[in-house]
Amino acid sequence: MTTDTADSAAAAAIAPAADPSFLQRHGQAIEYVLIPGAALAGALVVFGIFVALFGKNPLDLYFYMYYGAFGTWFSWQNTLARAAPLILTALCTALPAQLGMVIIGGEGALLIGALAATSAALALPWAPPLAVQFAMVIAGIIGGGLWIMLAGALRQYRGVNETISSLLLVYIALAILNHLVEGPMRDPGSLNKPSTREIGAANMIGTIPGTDVHWGLVFGLVAAAAAYILIYHTTFGFAARVAGGNIRAARIVGLSVGKLIMTICFLAGGAAGLAGMIEVAAVQGRTNANLAAGYGFTGILVAFLARQNPLAVIPVAILLGGISASGGLLQRRLGLPDASVLVLQGIIFVFVLASDALYGRIGFLKGKG
Amino acid sequence: MADGGIGLWTVPLAVFGGAIRVSTPFLFVSLGECITERSGRINLGLEGTLVMGAMSAYGISYLSGSPWLGVLAAGITGALLGALHAGICSLPRVNDVAVGIALMLFGTGLAFYLGKPLIEPTAARLPAIDFGWWSDIAQVRAALRINVLFLIGVALAPLLYWAFKTTRWGLLIRTAGESADAARAMGHSVLLIRLRATMVGGFLAGIGGSFLSLFYPGSWNEGLSSGQGITAVALVIFARWDPMLCLWASLAFGGAAALGPALQSVGMTSGYHLFNAAPYILTLAIMIITCSPKRTLTGAPAELSITR
Amino acid sequence: MDFGRISRRHLLQGGAALTLGTALGARGALAAETTIGFIYVGSRDDYGYNQAHAQGAAALKKLPGLKVVEEEKVPETDAVEKTMESMINLDGASLLFPTSFGYYNPHVLKMAQKYPKLRFQHCGGLWTDKDPKNAGSYFGYIDEAQYISGIVAGYSTKSGKLGFVAAKPIPQVLRNINAFTLGAKLANPKATTQVIFTGDWSMPVKEAEATNSLIDQGVDVLTCHVDGPKTMVENAARRGAMVCGYHVNQSPLAPKAYLTGAEWNWEALYPKFVKMIAAGETIPNFYRGGLKDEIVKVSPYGEAVSEEARKHADEVKSKFMSSDFVIFKGPISDNKGKVVIAAGTDRGQKDAELEKMDYLVDGVIGATS
Repeated sequence: MTTDTADSAAAAAIAPAADPSFLQRHGQAIEYVLIPGAALAGALVVFGIFVALFGKNPLDLYFYMYYGAFGTWFSWQNTLARAAPLILTALCTALPAQLGMVIIGGEGALLIGALAATSAALALPWAPPLAVQFAMVIAGIIGGGLWIMLAGALRQYRGVNETISSLLLVYIALAILNHLVEGPMRDPGSLNKPSTREIGAANMIGTIPGTDVHWGLVFGLVAAAAAYILIYHTTFGFAARVAGGNIRAARIVGLSVGKLIMTICFLAGGAAGLAGMIEVAAVQGRTNANLAAGYGFTGILVAFLARQNPLAVIPVAILLGGISASGGLLQRRLGLPDASVLVLQGIIFVFVLASDALYGRIGFLKGKG
Repeated sequence: MADGGIGLWTVPLAVFGGAIRVSTPFLFVSLGECITERSGRINLGLEGTLVMGAMSAYGISYLSGSPWLGVLAAGITGALLGALHAGICSLPRVNDVAVGIALMLFGTGLAFYLGKPLIEPTAARLPAIDFGWWSDIAQVRAALRINVLFLIGVALAPLLYWAFKTTRWGLLIRTAGESADAARAMGHSVLLIRLRATMVGGFLAGIGGSFLSLFYPGSWNEGLSSGQGITAVALVIFARWDPMLCLWASLAFGGAAALGPALQSVGMTSGYHLFNAAPYILTLAIMIITCSPKRTLTGAPAELSITR
Repeated sequence: MDFGRISRRHLLQGGAALTLGTALGARGALAAETTIGFIYVGSRDDYGYNQAHAQGAAALKKLPGLKVVEEEKVPETDAVEKTMESMINLDGASLLFPTSFGYYNPHVLKMAQKYPKLRFQHCGGLWTDKDPKNAGSYFGYIDEAQYISGIVAGYSTKSGKLGFVAAKPIPQVLRNINAFTLGAKLANPKATTQVIFTGDWSMPVKEAEATNSLIDQGVDVLTCHVDGPKTMVENAARRGAMVCGYHVNQSPLAPKAYLTGAEWNWEALYPKFVKMIAAGETIPNFYRGGLKDEIVKVSPYGEAVSEEARKHADEVKSKFMSSDFVIFKGPISDNKGKVVIAAGTDRGQKDAELEKMDYLVDGVIGATS
């Protein structure tokens, strides 16, 4: 935290040279860039000190992090491919957050979405690829959507805390997936890796031309943009934000809070379900236990770091994708253990959260009023 | 019986034994979280605390040769993580749920990072007390080899129940949890009360972790917790912030966790994944049955962000 | 602080390694510095499956002219594709060892097609004629070592009840359970093996519970097939039962209770591969073997193993070493009474039918679903 204040102090030292009226006019916008940036820098400094304690050179660390995440065209593709599912799973937490709900069960929705999408593809062996892919998208969204909607319904109609129920639903989803994949849905040919039958090479969604990044990235970008428009530029989104601010006030002005909760939860789960569908259709080609790779959990982190803003989810997902992309290089070149990525994510998360306290408090950005 | 097996009796015995063996981490984490949440804060980071506690207990026990020193180290580690949580949460506008998730990540990551060299060595283990001396049946004797931490946990539950009800200290925590303004009006610092409550909560969760690595399953590895810390936090809500209910719920959870393997050992082999998910299904089912949308949860601290 | 210098130096290194690596891959021979990449699905210090591979990698590090890069905890998603590519692009790796079963399809196949000049050695028996020629499978018939363990266990049990803590009912695991049981029946025709599936590869609490349940059922010798056998070994020894290890030698954990164990011998195999490449030979695409080929080994017998057991086990071991001894020799019926290998049929180790094993032999208590 000391570095944090040091950074803002440094920023304050530069400030007098700039035009104060400009700073004050755009204070809020500058804050939204400056504060997370300073928090990130602070976290990197702390992490650098941490690895220095283990005898590694922090400058090497920063260089390899940059090189592995953004240093080459390959690194960029690596980063973007890892970011793609995170954008979608982050929406699973960011959308309900508009209503003041904390959903941490995106992983479960992803698994159910993947199962639903795979089932849809396997049910339509005769259909042309485009139709199959369309059916998979729909099935993935509905599967994941209903899963989180269940948590929403339990909250609305039974008063069950949605944070806990959505988490319990992750474990239940994983058990269902394992049960189906090793039992009723198992492809007898999948010997040592119990899996469903393959959806077929023709039905795979492939990569964006000229890159190695699959189309899931585009799905994620579109979904994030759509979520942003929905929340900030529609009446529905306005109603959701009102209800999120104050449920009683929302009821007084006649908003149907139940309907809002159910719809938002459905959309949130749908986003994670879509991520599951993409993992099947762009990566695995079938459903098996590999799908539980933790994208849903990292998505929670992305959503909170993005301050639950659907558009900010995009850069944050790319940042975290970059950290995990460079994690391998840190293991190979610096001999750091795999867990260093977790430590770094934890430190960044702590710094960004702590920096929430700084908004509206940086002297030189405040107007005279 | 001549061959030393006890047939179908394995199942109730395993559930009973499991209730004792598996429940202790749940019990410590849930009691710790109970204290924290009663003060008006939720610390989801106890999963990280549990794992950190398990690792540091194992490390210290290995280095010093004393498992009790390991337990102490786990508690201190937990308290420090609790202090970190409380420190960040005391900043304005910081969401405690999010800080908890951050510390879950940080604690787990740090434990994995530091714990790499500890996977292979064997550390001194906590002793067990033999309560089964009266029985001739080896299985019963084994089930009744109980660790002191379990007994401490069981004793702690009524103690906390009593403390919340009658002591000044319990009243302060409850006041901070029910109405921060009231606590302030009484001239107390809410932040300080919550800092202490979170540190005590972390201390207990760390000890819960030491049970995992030093008694049962009894060694350090990265898959050790598999979500027990976070489940225990869920358990507190399901136990309505009542320490006694935390005790019963932890025992039920431990028993449910033993159910899957025990059923297989007597030949109930189909659908074991679903049996293994029994604790989660059970919690969800009980929450659905006992919650109500009409009223806020009885016992819920009014200041708690997740129940507002 | 001179980032430019650092980056240029590192980039030059990376680039040089890259050209060298591809050139070497094309010629199929080793020269000055070849980079070999190892990828593990779990932690390489797990005292089990991954550690066995890491020990093999460590054996390569001792050889001159080789650079070994390692990455641990790489999930079986597109992350492993990116890790392989990162090792190729950034480290100049020309030979890759993705050591987890689930890496093969589709990930290793995709990379082998994309980088036809590099060599991909996957651990598992999945390669078929249809797959790229620069990909290969290698695996050990560890059921031979389990068979020996079974013989020792059969002599050591007093109750005639053996226990097996297993992760999932997949052919690889079932084959180990069956071989262990058939071995035990050589020693004690009435011996039974009770099996409990924990559902996943690393579930310490479930493994401990399974161990206790088995011992409660009267089992007095246990073995396992999970990623890290430490939990089973320690908990069984505490209850006074005896154990046979798996993956690596766990006897230091319980010197008195440890009878023997089935171990991988990757330290012997990996240098062999490298020598084959250095000599300009191609590694066979499908490379498998057992005790004779030094791909698997049996742990030294513990002090509790009787003279009789040692003699019998050594006798069978020498048969494995000198000839193609057959474990799965008809007639064999499953534990439901159905004949699975007819009388007169010998299913030798390379028999593809064994790869599809979906039954438990007579004498095993448990079911595959």
